[in-house]
Amino acid sequence: MKVIPVLALGSAVAFSASTASAQDATASWSYKDIADALHLIMESDRTVYTRLIVNRLQNEDKVIKASEHWKDDKALVLPAQMFRYGSEMVAEKGAAFTYSLLSEWPINKQNAAKTDVEKAGLAEVGKTGKPYYKEETLGGKKYFTAVYPDKAIAKACVSCHNDHKDTPRRDFKMGDVMGGVVLRLPMK
Amino acid sequence: MARTFTRNAWLWLLWFGLSALSTWALWLGMQLKEDAPPPPAGFLRTAFLPGQTSHGHHQIEMACSTCHGSEAFSAADVMQDACTQCHAAELKAADDSHPRSKFTDPRNAERAARLDAAHCVTCHVEHKPDITHAMGVTLPKDFCSICHDDIAEERPSHAGLGFDTCASSGCHNFHDNRALYEDFLTKHAGKPDLLETRTVPERDWKTVIEELYESYPIDRFPKQVLTQADAPAGKGSAQVHRDWLETGHAQAGVNCSGCHMVPPAKGEPPAWTDKPDHTVCSTCHKQEVKTFLEGKHGMRLAAGMTAMTPAQALIPMKSDAQQEGIGCATCHGAHRFDPVKAATAGCLACHADKHSKAFAASPHAALAKREAAGELPAGSGVTCATCHMPRLEHRTDDVRHMSVQHNQNDTLRPSEKMLRPVCMNCHSLQFSLDALADPALKDSNFKGKPSVHVSSIEWALKDAERAEAERRAARREGDE
Ligand code: HEC
Repeated sequence: MKVIPVLALGSAVAFSASTASAQDATASWSYKDIADALHLIMESDRTVYTRLIVNRLQNEDKVIKASEHWKDDKALVLPAQMFRYGSEMVAEKGAAFTYSLLSEWPINKQNAAKTDVEKAGLAEVGKTGKPYYKEETLGGKKYFTAVYPDKAIAKACVSCHNDHKDTPRRDFKMGDVMGGVVLRLPMK
Repeated sequence: MARTFTRNAWLWLLWFGLSALSTWALWLGMQLKEDAPPPPAGFLRTAFLPGQTSHGHHQIEMACSTCHGSEAFSAADVMQDACTQCHAAELKAADDSHPRSKFTDPRNAERAARLDAAHCVTCHVEHKPDITHAMGVTLPKDFCSICHDDIAEERPSHAGLGFDTCASSGCHNFHDNRALYEDFLTKHAGKPDLLETRTVPERDWKTVIEELYESYPIDRFPKQVLTQADAPAGKGSAQVHRDWLETGHAQAGVNCSGCHMVPPAKGEPPAWTDKPDHTVCSTCHKQEVKTFLEGKHGMRLAAGMTAMTPAQALIPMKSDAQQEGIGCATCHGAHRFDPVKAATAGCLACHADKHSKAFAASPHAALAKREAAGELPAGSGVTCATCHMPRLEHRTDDVRHMSVQHNQNDTLRPSEKMLRPVCMNCHSLQFSLDALADPALKDSNFKGKPSVHVSSIEWALKDAERAEAERRAARREGDE
């Protein structure tokens, strides 16, 4: 695996004399490691929001709904929107990496796979339930692209999608892979 | 041979000299913020203007640096920054359907290569009057097809529709779809043309004052009912004093000096000013002045230029309309600050287009008259301001109140922006969509019924039916 020079070199220079162990640790961060780490945070936050907020308040306690039109409906934002707003804020801040939530059965057709790697990745994570990694070139730039399975971890995921007006699939069950998180790191 | 050479050399020299001179003058012209810089810069700037700007920017077109910056002329990022400086907040508030981040995402690189919508000027090129159409768009009208040419696969109802009709039929906008999304259409389907209750929201002046409390200069304006003007001897006629006594200003302890004693420059002691400007009003009326500066009436002031005059307008104005620059007092009238007068007479003192001239005979005007006569409850009348400067909820992290949106453009273009804050206070969504899509009805100031029908609600209902049938089928399959 290639090593991200930015992180590795930056910290290596800064800490070269004093903390050899810190240098070793950062120097060994591959693209895959970084992607995995970022995704771990995303997945955990996403699970927390879905279980502790949406599923508890909407499906269990029935005190408030989650709605695509949360502003008009004075409702909770959807887990997918929570994810997208975060990703848009990251983009606005000028980060080099990008991420999005896609599916082979998208409610929002803009969330369908577009690039070849997205298509192959979504199909693969749907089959194996494991991450998929591939390099791809988009707009003349090279990216390390990781696709992670996005699973139905709460009843709310399944009931909302199966019932949604625009869904092309209505037989999701708990634990199914419903789509994938696609994460891109620019490569040097 | 030798003679030709000498003449050519002279001509070259002359050419070079003139070029250098005009480049310098142009450069100088661009540097100046002032809209009428001294010659030769001002003259050359006009001469070099590459073509009239659109109605959105013509007022400030001579202040080149407002959009182009003062260094890297026309650099994409400089221009983009200039666009967002004035327009980012409204796009955010409109839940922009095509935010920049959609086009900077590498997964859309192939699309962005076809249409670089991460930059405003891709679709809104200025100085191109020949190809500029509605909303200042300079792309061919069927531009939606660049990304959505497969829409019929997802929406069979859309098969065969011309891509130049997406945004012109009352169905979609590129940026603001707050009143056009499907669930909104179905939610508001089936209502009568005239709703049962028909009033616009009240202004919330009390809350505004409470929110102002921290920054309100209470030491200058202790809360008390004033009966005596503190103007220096000889200032203000008896009429002026009477007018002031009737206003909220006198009731709330704002005396003559409250507005007329202003520091001539920062740090200087206050001195009497005969004509206080908008900056004085904004001491207490922040949101109103802020939005005024965002609209057509105040945008020149916002760009550091002299105030807009009716003579500069592109739309028809009364020929005797005053040539004085527009400020708060132009519409509100100094001292009396009569909001009722400002809401109609203020506008009609200058505006003389068909729609404005038809107002007096419109059903909306009749309602305003009946409200003024006390025959209808407050908020039942419809004035120019009801639609063009509506009362909107102003909301930030710690503030929430109804106040008057003084940017007349906020609900104007595209006209579907008027649906939620204005039309739907009194009318059904269907009626409002139809009325806004009918140009003749706009000209007559909505006298009569719409002759246009927008089908989007029916289509959305049909699609909801389809979804319900699918849901039922899926449940049956699940049960088996
Ligand atoms: C209350 C409804 C609701 C809930 C709960 C919900 N979703 Fe969604 N989900 C949606 C909607 C609506 C979209 C489309 C959002 C958009 O416009 O991009 C979406 C988008 C997605 C997408 C992107 C592809 C697509 O369908 O457009 C995935 C993948 C997804 N959701 C998975 C999940 C998972 C997994 C959960 C549970 C952790 C979940 N969703 C919970 C409504 C819901």
